[in-house]
Amino acid sequence: MASETTADAIVPAGAAAQGFWGFTRPQLVALVLLVAALVVGPYFLYPVFLMKLLCFALFACAFNLLIGYVGLLSFGHAAYFGMGGYIAGHAAKVWGFSPEVAVLAGAAVAGFQGWIFGWIAIRRAGIYFAMITLALAQMIYFFCVQAPFTGGEDGIQAIPRGSFLGSVGLASDWSMYWFVAGIFLIGFLLIHRIIHSPYGQVLKAIRENEPRATSLGYRTDDYKLVAFILSATLAGVAGGVKALVFGIATLTDVHWAMSGEVVLMTLVGGLGTVFGPVIGAAVIVTMQNYLAEMGAWVTVIQGGIFVTCVLAFRRGIVGEIANLLRVKL
Amino acid sequence: MDEIFGIPAPLLFGQLLLGLINGAFYAMLSLGLAVIFGLLNIINFTHGAQFMMGAFAAWMLLEWAGLGYWWALLLVPIIVGASGVIIERLMISRLYKLDHLYGLLLTFGIGLIIEGLFRNEFGSSGLPYRIPAELQGAWDLGFMFMPIYRGWVVVFALFACLATWLVIEKTRLGAYLRAATENAPLVQAFGVNVPRMITLTYGAGVALAALAGVLAAPIYSVNPQMGSNLIIVVFAVVVIGGMGSILGSVLTGFGLGIIEGLTKVFWPEASATVIFVIMAIVLLARPAGLFGRA
Repeated sequence: MASETTADAIVPAGAAAQGFWGFTRPQLVALVLLVAALVVGPYFLYPVFLMKLLCFALFACAFNLLIGYVGLLSFGHAAYFGMGGYIAGHAAKVWGFSPEVAVLAGAAVAGFQGWIFGWIAIRRAGIYFAMITLALAQMIYFFCVQAPFTGGEDGIQAIPRGSFLGSVGLASDWSMYWFVAGIFLIGFLLIHRIIHSPYGQVLKAIRENEPRATSLGYRTDDYKLVAFILSATLAGVAGGVKALVFGIATLTDVHWAMSGEVVLMTLVGGLGTVFGPVIGAAVIVTMQNYLAEMGAWVTVIQGGIFVTCVLAFRRGIVGEIANLLRVKL
Repeated sequence: MDEIFGIPAPLLFGQLLLGLINGAFYAMLSLGLAVIFGLLNIINFTHGAQFMMGAFAAWMLLEWAGLGYWWALLLVPIIVGASGVIIERLMISRLYKLDHLYGLLLTFGIGLIIEGLFRNEFGSSGLPYRIPAELQGAWDLGFMFMPIYRGWVVVFALFACLATWLVIEKTRLGAYLRAATENAPLVQAFGVNVPRMITLTYGAGVALAALAGVLAAPIYSVNPQMGSNLIIVVFAVVVIGGMGSILGSVLTGFGLGIIEGLTKVFWPEASATVIFVIMAIVLLARPAGLFGRA
């Protein structure tokens, strides 16, 4: 115990104290641009498209918390995303919860699921971790196919958006957009805060050299588990919001292909960058939007992007920009 | 002997046989994954797509070249294995110095491309592949009717697994392979061409997946998604068995197939998830897997 308290004190406070909320100056500029885009976006683009983009961006940011900062590749994040959607949808439709409570319910269940699965999966690392999370997520998929409340192949349909805090109706796309944008921004800032906290520093230490972190007295498994729960919870938030936006929660969101998509978004944007997952999600969602009528070619193109990114473009878009400008983004 | 545990005997034995057949595919695929992982240190996510390619290659040989099942058994592993060699040379070989997770992501991407291309060309509905004339019909075993082809699949898969085991454990080539798995630079220093061996090992693992695909073609309908659903279960099988031993993979594969078959009889709703639940339990009790080394 004693060693752990001392170890906690060793973590440099400087990293968290520098700049505004741990943002470096270039990151602050990027943040201002992001907020500006959030405010101006709906005047130029279809709000529903933007809401979809923000849901996936938050999902990718949550995923990036694990792969980018702990070095754990979860190949089953669809389980938390999809389950968040099902629970939020069920809560809003059947129990009549208001939207913010429904989303929180979805996040809580996803987080609980992340606790159990994380507890099982962190016994192994690397490739095994990826295979285990994928297999556990497939178990959730089959559960959702059979469980009565998910509606099987039909999914949960006609989920009402309700009214925020019981007073502000969200039926119009505009009011819903501000609700979604607000949740996205809170989630995004929260993840950033987590990464730049002393706790986040320990996570990075585990990513760089786990035996060393252990020998410094950190219980690395506990740190990994908390990161897994946080990531799963935020993925659940993203899934819950998506279910409310579209009024539907289906098997697509728990399928392994969705787990692959979020990996792709993060990879394209840049693993381990703060803004990368947002950009990656924007790229992939836009691409899917334009290529929707091309059927299976979308799968081929996604596979092609995967191969290109891994072979020649491992830093991702934001990673390359950051490298070019010699800053951290 | 009409009923066992209140279950009609034909139903029980029928599901046991189905379980054995699924187990045969689990065993062959996890064996290929284990062989590839041993030397390349990557998990071949394309394995499911290559299994599917095997089934399609058999179908194409029959429809386009008029070459039947027996030719397919011989030619398909060579053809698909050669495609694996090309993939390894062109792409996978560039990643050996990087984190092994990149190998997983790369092979996942390749799998998506292959599956997407086949779905474009052949659609999502299955294509039929007839059981060869020599293996049609069924034997009456007294307690059940055994379709000859299904028995053939189990026996042939066992034979293929045994042959792989013999090659790896009892031949000079296998000795090189095991040595390179332990310490590749040292083996290379002794004058063995390790990069070529890696390439051929990948090709052999892929060929094994393709062979399983040929065996599967007459049982399941030949469709582009046949591999991707199977491969996730095979991943769970690999985690349960651990990738340390050849015989371990084979035993785990068949054993889990049988357990899955029995679950279909006694608790049908759980049959899709039982292997994943077993995986979770094994991880809690023995994180390295039943036959794995920590």
